Amino acid sequence: MAETILFVLMAMGALVGAVTIVAARNPVYSAMGLLGTLFSVAVLYVLQLAHLVAAVQVIVYAGAVLTLFLFVIMLIGVDKSEDWDEKLPYQRAFVGGLGGLIVLFAGALTVFGNFDWVPAATNTIPEATNGTIQAIAELLFTDWVLAFEATALLLTIAAAGAIGLAHHRTGQT
Amino acid sequence: MSWPEFGIIAFRVVVTFVLLLVVTVINVWAERKILADMQSRIGPSRAGPWGILQTVADGLKLFFKESVIPRKVELGMYLLAPFLAIIPAFLIFMMVPWGKPFMIGDHEVALQGADLNIGLLFILAMSSMAVYGVVLAGWSSGSKYPLLGAVRATAQAISYEAAMGLAMVAVVVFTATQGEGGTLSMAEIVERQTGTWGDISPVLSFVPRWNLFPQFAAFAIFLVAIVAETNRAPFDLVEAEQELVGGFHTEYSGMRFAMFFLAEYVNIFSMSAIAATLFLGGWAGPTFEGSLPGLISGSLPTIYFLIKTYAIVFIFFWLRATLPRLRYDQLMTLGWKRLIPAALTWLVISTVAIGFRQFGAPWS
Repeated sequence: MAETILFVLMAMGALVGAVTIVAARNPVYSAMGLLGTLFSVAVLYVLQLAHLVAAVQVIVYAGAVLTLFLFVIMLIGVDKSEDWDEKLPYQRAFVGGLGGLIVLFAGALTVFGNFDWVPAATNTIPEATNGTIQAIAELLFTDWVLAFEATALLLTIAAAGAIGLAHHRTGQT
Repeated sequence: MSWPEFGIIAFRVVVTFVLLLVVTVINVWAERKILADMQSRIGPSRAGPWGILQTVADGLKLFFKESVIPRKVELGMYLLAPFLAIIPAFLIFMMVPWGKPFMIGDHEVALQGADLNIGLLFILAMSSMAVYGVVLAGWSSGSKYPLLGAVRATAQAISYEAAMGLAMVAVVVFTATQGEGGTLSMAEIVERQTGTWGDISPVLSFVPRWNLFPQFAAFAIFLVAIVAETNRAPFDLVEAEQELVGGFHTEYSGMRFAMFFLAEYVNIFSMSAIAATLFLGGWAGPTFEGSLPGLISGSLPTIYFLIKTYAIVFIFFWLRATLPRLRYDQLMTLGWKRLIPAALTWLVISTVAIGFRQFGAPWS
């Protein structure tokens, strides 16, 4: 029961945040909408007993990425009046149609149910735990250690590359 | 969930919250009194004995004052920012175990807001959330000084969070060797610091098993990082009065200002409590169970926790009375060029040493 209430609240929070992102006139409010969405989704992760994913979501996205967004928005100055002159002739209609189709599809699924290629939710409810970090660590540092290390290396190279590129350009001018 | 369990959880959260509020009221008074002593003044002395009710008086005054809203503010964010500052401050302390768990009937009552097994990550997440309150307050005020203060705050928080996190990693790696597998749970980290180092050598049987001794360098780094993280002197460029009037909260008044003020002091106490938990063994200490009445030996851990935390809170006040503010470039140099490399080096050294102890030398 409590789970359902929390789910509905957080799902609504995520949707309101998502609408704010696109609808807000001021980019700072858009960023805050994104923060709301990220937070609501993090709570949904906790509901799914994925505590670690929730924590990582908040630390990485809400903590680091969004702070960067906000910083950039504030530094480039948001009080300049935005150019509301759209150059999007048919995209709006296209996205609207696509969204309608998705809603229709989801509605059809709910009504007619159980398509063979959309497996129904299994009834195995995992045991309620206080978190799953040990289980994740076991997988990450045994079976998938090579992928883990490779990803770490890739990210380091990407970061170093970004710095290198930025440096190169300032060196030229 | 049965009703007793629900009651215990409610009790834990409410008591932790009240404890935090009470110590914050005392901390504000203690800082003024200690600073006054260090500067050969008397300090607050009128409200109550030794002026101990000064904070209550100030709080009441701020509560009844008009909250002026300047004309040029971005209203939504301006009203939201104080809450964004204060909520993470309170949530961080919910992770800190402030007393030994005890039993009521067959239910265990842990004296801690919540014992998550991602406790440390939650603390990091919430301390990175704390930036938002400051940034939005600065930006939404629509004024130059708060904006500058907010930009400084963000840069500073991001810089020092890295060092803080790395110091924590060293502790986590070390803690993993002290029991069955690794852990990020604060309760478990304290549990593993009970007892003494007597098993290493009988000489050390009077030295408590705190992480401070093997992880002394991490403690030093952590201490510097938390002072910077809470924007306290000598890292208080965020609200440098001589340059920025009041920093990010210049345009706030009345209760909204009080919320920023409260958040700052709550953060000082929670960060000190985390340092005490990670390095000084939290509530761990001799409880003399059996030889003392149960009530006393049960409340001794909480007293140990408070003593350890206040030792670190005192360092905060002491630094403020002693050190002049850093220049901005010195702040950034200290963060990026000294603290982070030092933390990384210490992490490598301590991990290699732990590896040697666990598995022996690789060439043997």
